[in-house]
This record gives sequence, structure tokens and C-alpha cells, in this order.
Amino acid sequence: MLSPSQILKDESLTFAEKAISLKTVDGKKLHRVEDIAVVNVDLAMAQDSTGPLAIRVLQDMGINRLWDPKRILIVIDHTYPAADEKVANLHALMRDFSFQHGCVLVEGSISHQHILEEYATPGLMIFGADSHTCQAGCVGAFATGIGSTEIAAVWATGQIWIRVPDSVRINLVGKLQKGVFARDIISHFIGMVGEDGGNYRALEWKGTAVKNLSLSSRACISNSSMECGAKIAVFEPDVLTRQYLSAVRRKPGYEIHAGRIAKYTDEFEIDLDKLEPIVAAPDNVDNVKNIREVEGTPIDQAFVGSSTNGRLEDLQVAAKILKGRKVNPRTRCIITPASRRIYEEAINSGLVDIFLQAGAVFTNATCGACVGTHLGVLGTNEVCISSSTRNYIGRMGSTSAKIYLASPATVAASAIRGEIADPRRYLR
Amino acid sequence: MTLRGRVWKFGDNINTDIIIPFRFKSRTNDPYEMAKYCMYGLDPDFHEKIQKGDIMVAGRNFGGGSSREQAPVAIKYCGIAAVVSESFARIFYRNGFAIGLPVMEVPKITKEVEQGEEMEVDLDTWSVKVLRTNKVFEAKKVPEFLANLMKIGGLVEYYKKYQQFPWQTMK
Ligand code: SF4
Repeated sequence: MLSPSQILKDESLTFAEKAISLKTVDGKKLHRVEDIAVVNVDLAMAQDSTGPLAIRVLQDMGINRLWDPKRILIVIDHTYPAADEKVANLHALMRDFSFQHGCVLVEGSISHQHILEEYATPGLMIFGADSHTCQAGCVGAFATGIGSTEIAAVWATGQIWIRVPDSVRINLVGKLQKGVFARDIISHFIGMVGEDGGNYRALEWKGTAVKNLSLSSRACISNSSMECGAKIAVFEPDVLTRQYLSAVRRKPGYEIHAGRIAKYTDEFEIDLDKLEPIVAAPDNVDNVKNIREVEGTPIDQAFVGSSTNGRLEDLQVAAKILKGRKVNPRTRCIITPASRRIYEEAINSGLVDIFLQAGAVFTNATCGACVGTHLGVLGTNEVCISSSTRNYIGRMGSTSAKIYLASPATVAASAIRGEIADPRRYLR
Repeated sequence: MTLRGRVWKFGDNINTDIIIPFRFKSRTNDPYEMAKYCMYGLDPDFHEKIQKGDIMVAGRNFGGGSSREQAPVAIKYCGIAAVVSESFARIFYRNGFAIGLPVMEVPKITKEVEQGEEMEVDLDTWSVKVLRTNKVFEAKKVPEFLANLMKIGGLVEYYKKYQQFPWQTMK
């Protein structure tokens, strides 16, 4: 039987090997790359597009007792409030289920942001029926996405199988220049490795530049690491993580640091000094361009929001650019906070006044336009620039619409110009 | 256990937004309703062209993006018997086993088969065969519990049969 401290101190293990070994149900041996392990889960989430199916699956299996309702999160976020009767009925199914079992029901905050605000701690084992669950890796949690049937199985037992992934180390060095943000780092990386460059892998974000990245910036990178297929994307806990956890009075779990002689399949270095604003052009996330290559492309809609870039920090930079300016009359600008808390903070800190004066729309907290189902659906051949996660065909509405992905700053600058614009011109 | 069917060929990076757009899948819990939107992003009439038992063959990174299980569900209930791809995105791959849609990774397979021809998928040997050329290709091996789970037809069927999940008996 190994003790947690033996695992934590082992210099040959990656973050993923340690995190999984600490939570295996047998707890007797180390689990290394390629092993299939069975782990105890700490938190199991589903949202309104994966939850209803999970509930149906449990019924099909005839299971009506859950493992631990207090650790089961049912989040209504994607189409909140309901956009029509069909959606409303699925939301009702989720509410009934939550009340019947005593699960934690959350409405109107994006699940990943809610987990960050309320639950995420270093070493926590989080499984969510949503691909961007990996966002909680920003505080050093092991967090990953699965589908509805598997989350139903976790709800029933608190356990699930996982293959121990191989790991990739990315060293961030240098300093971000004016007008360049975390979103540009991750878009640049996805462009480097491609849409499946991180498939099945654990990404460890490291390097001397990390200490200067805020928690929100780290969350953006961990979240969007999914776009190259990553299983988890982690930042090891540091001073900033500890400050954050003590500020929100959350007990830190296992602080996992990869061992000094751990093995990586790949290593990359990104020099932030050299990075410029990046845009992912239609219809794939790895189709990345330097802002210069796409500047001047006319747009119909600009969207600041989503779990990737709908945090206060993102709204603040959008406000900085929109302040005292007007959204181009040929463009609509939609701003959607990622959680109720951010919504409130945006109102209280005066950001919303700036948005409204600029002619933007400020919506309730939801996934909204990111998934093309309400609050900003794109029509035939429309073009959108968005801070959300994906630019796939049909993602935000019509299959003929085109989506460019960029940082909130680039989106806000583009909203003013009515065409894709370089944010550096608008930031002093 | 061998499945035989006609091939539908696709390229690389067929993501789950293409397989079933959010606005359709988020409004129903009925798998046959989901099936009506299968491959909507490329061909809204795809579901009408399928014969039961057809097989999808695709390039790299099939099923990337969203975790939506409605994607493999739409494929399965629209009548597709199996998806053979050069590689799968990880959540789609897991979902395939969970819902009992055979998913096999066969490197370079798109070069070996043509649209509309017949192929076989063998769940015992975990391999595929192109009938025209009689060539057999081994799929990437999976742990025994997953191969077994696939033959039983996914987690719901497994649970109904054994009243537990396959990993609950794993050491
Ligand atoms: S905002 Fe978009 S990417 Fe994030 S959880 Fe919602 S739908 Fe998914």
C-alpha cells in the first residue's frame, strides 16, 4: 500500500500519473502511462444537453439510487432560460431529477465557471459530461470530459475507468505584449499541434511566464486545450493558486507537482514576447492566422462570452476598448458573462453601462451564442467573430455561416470597425 | 461476430457539430429523432440515404469537439452498424463503447476502401475486411473489457445483464 506522500514525492511521475494513482480504487500500486485504472470520482457534472440523456440512461438501466447526490452537479447553462417548449421540457426533467435525488442543481451559470467558483481544488478528480470540463485543470485538478452514459455510471457508483495518458510539457517564456492575451497563446498552440495534436494526452502548462498569468487566463488556456483533444490541461498550484484558494476559503487538496525526471512524449516552448493577436479562421480551430492576414474581413456579429472567454477579466478588456466608442451600425455586438457572479460584478463595476452606451447587447449568463441555439444565432452566410470555443460548420447557427475565433479584445475592436480589427490600435 | 455493410466515406476532422448540430440534439431525448439530423452539417438528407447495416469510414480525428453522446447515438439509430476511422477523438471513442456503436481505429483505411463498396467489421478479431480486395486490416487493439462491452452492446445492456459495470470487477 502506497501512501499519498510517497506518490506525491515520486520524481519519475507526471502530473497525470500522480493524480490518477492518488485516486485509484485499489490504492495499492502506481499507475503509469497506458495503464487502465479505476478511480474514485470527487465531482460528477452534467449540463442541459448531456444531462437529460444521462437521466434517461439511468432509467433504462433501472437504477434509482445514486452514489452521492451532493457530489452530483446538474447544471442548466447551455440554453438558459429555455428558448422554447422542447428545451423547457428537458430542463424540467433535470429539475425533477435533482429534487428527487437531492443533487446540486445550478441554473444560469456555465458549468465550468461554476465549478471554478465553487469547487475546484488541486488534486480533485472531476468528471463532467462536457468536453471543456478540463478547465478545472487551471488550479491543478484532474478534470476531464466524458459522455452521458458514462456520467450516468459515475452517478450510480462514483467510479469510472480511465487510461493513464501520456503527457506533453509546454514551456511558456517571456511576457505577453499589449493587445495579446491568454486566448492568443492557446490558439497559437492549437495551430502548432493541430486539432488532434493533444488527443488522449495530458498537457502540462509550465514555464517562467506562468506566474504572470491570472487564474482567469489559466482557465482560458485549460478550457481551450480541449480544442486539440487534450484529456486534461493543468497548471500546477503556485502562489497565485494558493492565494485564490485561501481567498475563497477552500481547503486545498493534493498539491500535485510533476516529478523532475518525469517523461514527456513531446515538449514545446512558446515565447510570449513574440506572440501577436491570433485568429482561428473558418471552419476549424487549428486554421489559425496572424491578425494581419484576416484584418478587414467584414462581420455581421461580434460575440464576447463562453466558458473560454466570458470571465470578468474578458469583459473588462472589452469594456476598455468599447468605452466611449460605438458598435458599427452594420454589426451587432453581444456580450454574455459566464456566470451569475460575473454578471453581477459586471453590473456593479459599471461595465454594463459602457456596453449599453456603445450599443452592445448584454445578456444573462449562459452558453448562448456559442452553441447557436439562442441569444445570437447566425443566419445564412453570416459572418461572426467570437471569443467562444469553436468555429465548426453550423456551430453557431446556419451551416453556411462563417466563424472567426479570437480574444475578447480582438472581438471588441472588430465590433467597432464592423470588420476584423487589430485590438492593439484600440488599447493605450 | 461479423457486421457486413456498404461504405460511406468521409474525410478528416468530422466533428460532432457536423454530426449533429446542437440546436437539434438539445431539444429531444429520443434517439430516433436525433437520427434524423445525422451528418446534418454535410448533408441534411443523409439519414434518408442509409440502408440499415451501412458502415462509415473516415479519416483522422473522427468525432472531435463536443462530448455530445447524441453524435454516436444519431449515427447508431440512423442505421449505421459501425464506424471505422483512422483515428477518433477521445470522448467520441469512449462514447462508442458506452452506447455500443462499434468504433475501430484502422490507420490509413480511407486509402483502401471506396464509397459504396462492401466491407466487414469483425468484433471477435477486432479487424476489418474489404471484400473487393479480400484484404484484412487489424484495428488498434482495445482492452478486453472494452471489446467484451462492445459485443454485449454497451453499458445499458451490460448493466441489465450483470447489474454492475465492467470496471467494477477490474483489478
Ligand atoms: S460556452 Fe460553449 S464551449 Fe463553453 S460549455 Fe458552453 S457550449 Fe460548451
